[in-house]
Amino acid sequence: METILTVNHLTKKFGYLTAVNDLSFTIEKGNVYGILGPNGSGKSTTLGIILNVVNRTSGEFSWFDGSTTTHDALKKVGAIIERPNFYPYMNAIQNLRLVCKIKDVPETKIQEKLELVGLWDRRNSKFKTYSLGMKQRMAIASALLNDPEILILDEPTNGLDPQGIHQIREIIKTIANQGTTILLASHLLDEVEKVCSHVIILRKGENLYSGPVDSMLASHGFFELRSTDLDQLRTLLEKSASFGKIENFNGTLTAYLKEEMDAESLNKMLFEKGITLSHLVKRKESLEEQFLTLTKNQ
Amino acid sequence: MLRLLQIEFIKLWNNRASKVLIISYFVLLTSIALIAAIKFDIGPVEFHLADQGIFNFPYIWHFNTFVTALFKLFLAIVIVSMMSNEYSNKTIKQNLIDGLSKKEFITSKVLTVISFALISTLFVFVVSMILGLAYSDYNEMSIIFSDLEFLPAFFIKLVGFFSFCLFLGILVKRSAFALGFLILWTIFEQVVFGLLGWKVMSWEAAKAVKRFFPLESMSNLIKEPFTRLSAVQNIGQQIGEDMKFDYHVYWYEFFIVIIWTAIFIYLSYALLKKRDL
Repeated sequence: METILTVNHLTKKFGYLTAVNDLSFTIEKGNVYGILGPNGSGKSTTLGIILNVVNRTSGEFSWFDGSTTTHDALKKVGAIIERPNFYPYMNAIQNLRLVCKIKDVPETKIQEKLELVGLWDRRNSKFKTYSLGMKQRMAIASALLNDPEILILDEPTNGLDPQGIHQIREIIKTIANQGTTILLASHLLDEVEKVCSHVIILRKGENLYSGPVDSMLASHGFFELRSTDLDQLRTLLEKSASFGKIENFNGTLTAYLKEEMDAESLNKMLFEKGITLSHLVKRKESLEEQFLTLTKNQ
Repeated sequence: MLRLLQIEFIKLWNNRASKVLIISYFVLLTSIALIAAIKFDIGPVEFHLADQGIFNFPYIWHFNTFVTALFKLFLAIVIVSMMSNEYSNKTIKQNLIDGLSKKEFITSKVLTVISFALISTLFVFVVSMILGLAYSDYNEMSIIFSDLEFLPAFFIKLVGFFSFCLFLGILVKRSAFALGFLILWTIFEQVVFGLLGWKVMSWEAAKAVKRFFPLESMSNLIKEPFTRLSAVQNIGQQIGEDMKFDYHVYWYEFFIVIIWTAIFIYLSYALLKKRDL
């Protein structure tokens, strides 16, 4: 695997406040990463540091195996931080031309990228006349101008209406499908769950977890079961070694697995014991549940 | 280098306010030629300013560089706002994320400042040359090209002043406040001079110290040219006042301004480097 970014023991202090505390992680090529964390957990600060706009207090980071300087590396990165910042008095074309000059790339990609985000029709309108959703899409177009190795997005759907959120997510999915590495910071868990393969979870500037979404918790998932004879079902399950905690919620039993078991074999086993189920679902904990478990434990 | 200048050009030229100010500035520089048209005809008194010797070589170099330097305030507004707008639009952050280093960012601003000063100097040179050739009483080559040190003095003066504006733009981050600060600083230098002369040392010594103040050192590069006019000299002699004074540009005056310029540019860079955006 090709490493795109390595972060080692990164720390940032604002006076007495520690925004990022001894943070380490690596970003590999081709994955879609989510940085998760509540507001103020150091997501934006971390991105600010690796993008060279915030000075680090201690620690290190290196782009692309450390063979290039951060300054040169950033030309191969596309990034949007917090709000889209462009010159309000210039139109889309003028703004993107400027970005091309800064990134030192030819201006040939402007049309392609504006079409990708659906702004080509509005290319001659001044940036200040755009709606927030359009501004955000324009920022994505700008970040893609150099066909970056990695796209960094900081809360890209913040403040958008449902339609805008949907548009942005579709764009992100399209880009991810093209094989671009993506680093997405968000506090919206379903957003991360929908698009990311890997997560980095921060709380108060500390790394709680980093790795694939699937193996975040060492859990085998749980069953949601309903039957006419709930009590009998419950006693049966409690006797079985495969199950741990069992909860009854509004007539639905939730049984947490201690070992791997598929729905088919459970159904077979219960039927043989004379219990027929009216409802059987096997689920994994949602990212939200996992996230809350993780952050609570600390 | 060309790339950095182009970046700054895109930013400035697409901003209507900057464009208007820049154009007005250069129109004003040219309009110094209009002084030639000043004519009074009051009965027997016929006064034609162009005939009073203000366009004589080499005096014209002194006169024009002094007068046109007054217009530098127009560009000062442009420069302060081109810096502070980057902060208020937060585009400085986006520029850096897009791959401009902090050093390149400052360099692009400094290059712009130098270009402004250079173009102004060329303008003044051409306008003065044309005016001089049209009105000067002396047209010998050796006279035309004497006293040319006023042109580099003009250039250095502008670069120094604009660097100060650049620094204020970065320091204050708001164009209106930065311009206010500029005015405040002008007053501050005079107040310090007054206090020094009044309480601390002799007026002679205070004057010597004053020459090291940033704005004072810049205005000191090109001294006022009016007392050099023969008409004014004549009046002076009649009322018994000796108005001979030293109007030359000295190397150490250049030196002081260049040092200040370096300090302002370095401070701008240091400030930008230290700040979290």
